[in-house]
Amino acid sequence: MSTTTMTLAKAITAGLDRVLAENPKSLLIGEDIGRLGGVYRVTDGLIDTYGADRVIDSPLGEAGIIGTCIGMAIRGYSPIAEIQFDGFVFPAFNQITTQLAKMRARSEGRFGAPVVIRIPYGGGIGSIEHHSESPEALFAHTAGLRIMAPSNAHDAYWMIQQAAACQDPVIFFEPKRRYWLKGEVDTENPAPDAFKAQVIRPGEDATIVTYGPLVPVALAAAEAAREDGRSIEVIDLRSVSPIDFDTVTESVEKTGRLIVTHEAPTFGGIGGEIAARITERAFLSLEAPVIRVGGFHMPYPVAKVEEQYLPDIDKVLEALDRSFAY
Amino acid sequence: MTQTVHEPSDESLIQLLTPEGERRSHAEFDSYIQDVDAEMLRGFYRDMALTRRFDQEATALQRQGQLALWVPLRGQEAAQIGSGRATRPNDYIFPTYREHGVALTRNVDFPQMLRIFRGISNGGWDPRENNFHMYTMVLAAQMPHATGYAMGVQRDQAGWSAERLEKDGTAVVAYFGDGSSTEGEVHESMVFAASFNAPVVFFCQNNQWAISVPFHVQSKVPLADRAAGYGFPGIRVDGNDVIAVLAVTRWALDRARRGEGPALIEAVTYRMSAHTTADDPTKYRMNADEEAWVGRDPMTRLEKHLRDHNLADEAFFEQVIADGHEMATRVREEAMAFPEPELAQSFANVYAEAHPLIQEELKWHLEYEAGFAETTEEGATR
Repeated sequence: MSTTTMTLAKAITAGLDRVLAENPKSLLIGEDIGRLGGVYRVTDGLIDTYGADRVIDSPLGEAGIIGTCIGMAIRGYSPIAEIQFDGFVFPAFNQITTQLAKMRARSEGRFGAPVVIRIPYGGGIGSIEHHSESPEALFAHTAGLRIMAPSNAHDAYWMIQQAAACQDPVIFFEPKRRYWLKGEVDTENPAPDAFKAQVIRPGEDATIVTYGPLVPVALAAAEAAREDGRSIEVIDLRSVSPIDFDTVTESVEKTGRLIVTHEAPTFGGIGGEIAARITERAFLSLEAPVIRVGGFHMPYPVAKVEEQYLPDIDKVLEALDRSFAY
Repeated sequence: MTQTVHEPSDESLIQLLTPEGERRSHAEFDSYIQDVDAEMLRGFYRDMALTRRFDQEATALQRQGQLALWVPLRGQEAAQIGSGRATRPNDYIFPTYREHGVALTRNVDFPQMLRIFRGISNGGWDPRENNFHMYTMVLAAQMPHATGYAMGVQRDQAGWSAERLEKDGTAVVAYFGDGSSTEGEVHESMVFAASFNAPVVFFCQNNQWAISVPFHVQSKVPLADRAAGYGFPGIRVDGNDVIAVLAVTRWALDRARRGEGPALIEAVTYRMSAHTTADDPTKYRMNADEEAWVGRDPMTRLEKHLRDHNLADEAFFEQVIADGHEMATRVREEAMAFPEPELAQSFANVYAEAHPLIQEELKWHLEYEAGFAETTEEGATR
């Protein structure tokens, strides 16, 4: 039996270790990822195994990190960059959206830049400004990028490897408040394709779709709803771009009700895209409008009030009540 | 307001050929051009003349509505031919969008370059054929790519002997301009290159103008001086002197290849034409300024040298004109004959791997377009 209990963070470490061991062209680069092992220690120890040429402590500059990754990828390397925190990705926004995302299209398919960008993201850790954000929709709007967000250790272990093997650029959003969440990791039997959503709790009466840090919240809400006699299906998207709409559609055709929840603000967010698509695909199956549970249209608030800002079990239950009221 | 004036008489500029066409000796850089004989000089002249002729033809095509836009390079031929001819085939070049002369030295087929400006392609040519990267329209975005590419080269060449590096080593050239020198990515690319000692040469063509904004708004000091802040050498060269540009670029490439790290070259030149065909320089600069630089035309200088020293006869110059005409005719014919693209092709290269949204939208698009085909005359298909 090859199952090991590990935290989500350590599962990513183990996944990266395997990528570095199996692909000599792969390398890691980021701020403080070498000697320190990253501010969340996700790359801890890897420099000892693979050396400073493959686990690169970079100068402090996000555009430089992503820009050099693109250059290394053009040379035939498979770089995996770490952006230290979600709110610090923006100096690299130009490189990601105008260069990384378009390299394959611009080269007319001759080559791309298969770079992986790991970003610890999301709130709920009581931190200071720019350390709790969820910018996934800003990247989802850009064609050419793929976006993954694992929610558990087993997925994290396999999905980081799938991201590294993918010939397209992947932004890998790591739910930082779940870094210490322990789970069973089967290191022999791969998780399903990262771009396939998973029904992680079957149900009959309504569907909750989510990803990343809110997966445990959605599961807890479904459990609470069961006490009210409601059978709730929960889907972990895993991939935020592309989105596996087939799995969501199939679920909604069965349940007739859909709640989408994410930490990012609802306006212009992933939830709106899901609501629109599912309305097109399953209009006649819907018993109620698709309801979004997300952040407010404000800068991420100060830590003392973030619990009121973040979607939680009660907010999801309230959304279910509204859905069932139709 | 004080202006940083770059006069070619400035003693800090490396100059090996005066505007009057006379060779000047230089204690350090003469050693880099020992092989430059009459044949090579005629070759440089021909390169510059063909580049200028291509530039003229493309400008004409734009004026005739055959190109959406053109980016003229007139005045910068020496900076481009001198630096391009200093590179080896296995060196990799990251251009801006004005390096048509460098492209010639890399054997990029001129007509292919017009695919970008005719609205047919965003890439134009296959960079892997000539190690000449695609043009980058977002200013300075290519700079960290060059550093990263050089970091990859470094890893590929780890453990190579000094002899092997000298013989087969690869170096990278990153082109940029005085305008883009202000962009943050120039700074970051130089910091990264310095920190990792990457084999990259930063080649700035200071053509004095960022569209309408003069150089002194970008920098109060010569750009080459900035290199000291990064801890690698910076050098200013007369960008209208093809021999000097060749010498300093060879120097920078040699040391990069040897593992001595990056260098910054500031080639002081002048954009004799507009920024693009959509630009109007009469709105922001004086005729006198332009006329002063006409006297420093890089081609005139080399032509004078060739004629005064009997290094080329009249037949040579006539042949260059004839070759230019032949090339321009081919460029025009091939550009006009490019097949028109179809939007359906644009779905193909967004992703390398299968993508459900792309598949769904392509299917819809094809069905929608097919709906029009059915309504055309009987029997007609699209």
